[in-house]
Amino acid sequence: MAYEISTQVNEIIQYVVVRIGEEQYGIDIKYIDNIVRMQSITRVPKVPAHLKGVINLRGEVIPVMSLRIKMDMDEDEITKDTRIIILKINHDGIGLMVDSVKEVVSLNVAEIEKVSFENRDERNAFVQGIGKQGDSLISLLDINAVLQE
Amino acid sequence: MDVSQYLDIFLDETKEHLQNLNTQILALEQDSENMDTINEIFRAAHSLKGMAGTMGYKRMQTLTHDMENVFSEVRTGSIKVNAPMIDTLFQCLDALEDYLAYIQENADEGDNDNEPLIKELNRILNSKGGEEEKADSQTEETPAKEAATLTTHWMNVECKPEDRQHIKEAMEKGKNIYGMTVIVQEACLLKAARAFLVFKAIEELGEVISTQPSAQDIEDERFELDFSLIVSSEHQLDEVLGAVKKVSEIADAVGDIYVLEEESKTEEPEAVVPTVTQTMQPEVLNKAEKPQTVEKPAVKQPEKKTAAKQQMNRTVRVDIEKLDVLMNLVSELIIAKNSLVSSATGAAGTEQGTGFNEQIEYLESVTTNLHESVMKVRMVPIESVVNKFPRMIRDLTKKLNKQMELYMTGEETELDRTVVDEIGDPLMHLLRNSADHGLESTETRIARGKSPVGSIFLDAYQDGNNVVIEVRDDGNGIDADAVRMKAVEREFMTEEQAAAASDEDIISLLFEPGFSTAKQVSDVSGRGVGLDVVKSKIESLSGEVEVKTKLGEGSTFIIRLPLTLAIIQALMVVVGGEKYAISLGGIQTIEDVDPKEVKTVQSKEVIHLRGSVIPLIRLDEVLDIESKREPDENMVVVIVKKGDKLAGLVIDELIGQQEIVIKSMGKYINKCKFISGATILGDGEIALILDANALI
Repeated sequence: MAYEISTQVNEIIQYVVVRIGEEQYGIDIKYIDNIVRMQSITRVPKVPAHLKGVINLRGEVIPVMSLRIKMDMDEDEITKDTRIIILKINHDGIGLMVDSVKEVVSLNVAEIEKVSFENRDERNAFVQGIGKQGDSLISLLDINAVLQE
Repeated sequence: MDVSQYLDIFLDETKEHLQNLNTQILALEQDSENMDTINEIFRAAHSLKGMAGTMGYKRMQTLTHDMENVFSEVRTGSIKVNAPMIDTLFQCLDALEDYLAYIQENADEGDNDNEPLIKELNRILNSKGGEEEKADSQTEETPAKEAATLTTHWMNVECKPEDRQHIKEAMEKGKNIYGMTVIVQEACLLKAARAFLVFKAIEELGEVISTQPSAQDIEDERFELDFSLIVSSEHQLDEVLGAVKKVSEIADAVGDIYVLEEESKTEEPEAVVPTVTQTMQPEVLNKAEKPQTVEKPAVKQPEKKTAAKQQMNRTVRVDIEKLDVLMNLVSELIIAKNSLVSSATGAAGTEQGTGFNEQIEYLESVTTNLHESVMKVRMVPIESVVNKFPRMIRDLTKKLNKQMELYMTGEETELDRTVVDEIGDPLMHLLRNSADHGLESTETRIARGKSPVGSIFLDAYQDGNNVVIEVRDDGNGIDADAVRMKAVEREFMTEEQAAAASDEDIISLLFEPGFSTAKQVSDVSGRGVGLDVVKSKIESLSGEVEVKTKLGEGSTFIIRLPLTLAIIQALMVVVGGEKYAISLGGIQTIEDVDPKEVKTVQSKEVIHLRGSVIPLIRLDEVLDIESKREPDENMVVVIVKKGDKLAGLVIDELIGQQEIVIKSMGKYINKCKFISGATILGDGEIALILDANALI
């Protein structure tokens, strides 16, 4: 029994760390299907601004969302480091545009500082917790909140 | 026994049997004497019972068992078919469907015993004059009763010349020749296996000379509850019978010394047989036996073969997902082909290019054929959906107290499987609508000099690349003025607007959400959720629905559906540098229009074209993009048609016609109404598909 409890406490979650502007965000690796380079996006008319359009991912049509616009930041600046993170949730795919992908980190659940709902402001509305990696802080994205309208 | 792996098959087959029963009982209601119908019902009920038993669904089995009992009495003629009985039987079918639905959800039949139905069935059973008491524990009683009448069954075993030879030889050796009839328990599931054990038991004591039905038929389980044998043995009759009775699930075995008939007598068995048939319980009478006993053996053979053929279904059940995979592969192939075509246009002109182009044309014809055959595999007749409607109309006749008749044509018309699965509810809505609102009450009909029985027609047919389904009734038609009043009352429009609107526009309001004109909210329709649901469903299938009506004469609802959803012929166009696809289906013509010809009517742009005024839709405005054409340049206008309405879509450039594969855009992008999907072009680029119908 004691062993079980201790594993629960020491549960490790892997996050892909991405950079948007000056900040680092973590995306739970279990949602990620793929990471692709920036490619031509077909605009879709009459959709919210954060939906940039659709891309062709090996024969599948996948919508792409700009995390910057979703989080009320400046418009994306496409560089050679820009990546699209493809998430797969119940077979439905969606891509998230990020400035660059940094690394994969393993965080112990115990080390994650939860962000309560009261403390969530505009920008942090999509952050469910803060992880520490050495000196730097990683805002862990609440994927469900990001994908909600 | 683990039967879960058979669950899918069980569900499928049970549905088929239930549908069959529904159809046959309806037929029985029309013609209560038809022996073929009764036999068919009996067989279906019997199979249902067997299947439910095998799967361990006891309650379902009990219900079907009692239903089968009723049918079996109907077969013998001891119960006459009457209206309350038909009603009860339909209720039983509904109960079985409920079981089935429950099983599908929970893999368990639930705990509804349907006690009242079973009581009612038994009451019907007992009402047949009382000469035979039938208790619930019928299985135990029947064998005894059968035994009395079956003792003579083995007399009918036919003797071929070589069998006679065998019998004579055996008699010369001092063996006894017995004729016997073995009765299998009604609940027995593997009758052929039991028969095999019986044969084995007999062969330990003697030799089987001839059987009725033939050994092959017994092996294939083509007998009902009994089979007869001629056996030669040194042992006493009781010993042989005892050995047979020891085989489990054998209800009884009866027999006697077999006396070889005179040659002349075997050739003309009619003298004996008719009396036997009369005393026999048809319940256990092999159906094929009746003609056999009277006819010459030679005639019997082909008859049996046709029966066997009917049972054999020369189809393969394929999981729809596998077909989808196949379909996707074909789609990929078409995309790959398109990309070859686009790269080949670069090489065209050179000598190498022409050879290459020939190969590509060849590839194109192969992919087109492949696409067509895969499509055909996915096509199913709408029969499976419309089959349930006669029953529904029958129930409505009772519920609404109106006399009506449903006439259906074109049940064999085929549509893509996914469309067929979705089309049932809208059609049901329309039929109910016709029955409830369309048809007048019987008194009104008589007063109007119409036939008291209202008619509803369901006609399906193929029209080019579309399938058209019409639901027509000869009822009252739609009263445009009544709808007009309702529209004002419901604040859909002002009185002035209503007065100005054309009848067609007014009637099309019926398809608006929340608009129902039924004066009373009935169980059947009139909750205001009828026609708008029909419309949105049909539109989600890329189809359209319209209504034509004549007051006093009836209305027709016309549904138009595309044959297939996944791959369409489209016109590729450019607007403001972006590529879009427009389904070729709605396109009438493409016109080159001088901007000076554009007139303004009620602040809308229109053009005059061959006598008609066509409103213009500027796609660059609709799509929020800048047109790359100069304002004084000639415009390219694609004329599209929706129903009777025309509209001109202003585009920048034409690319050409192309076969495109429709791809879903996923649920995370809330696309606007006039974008029906996306497609991948030969160069890997994505083009959005415009739904011209939504733009008009």
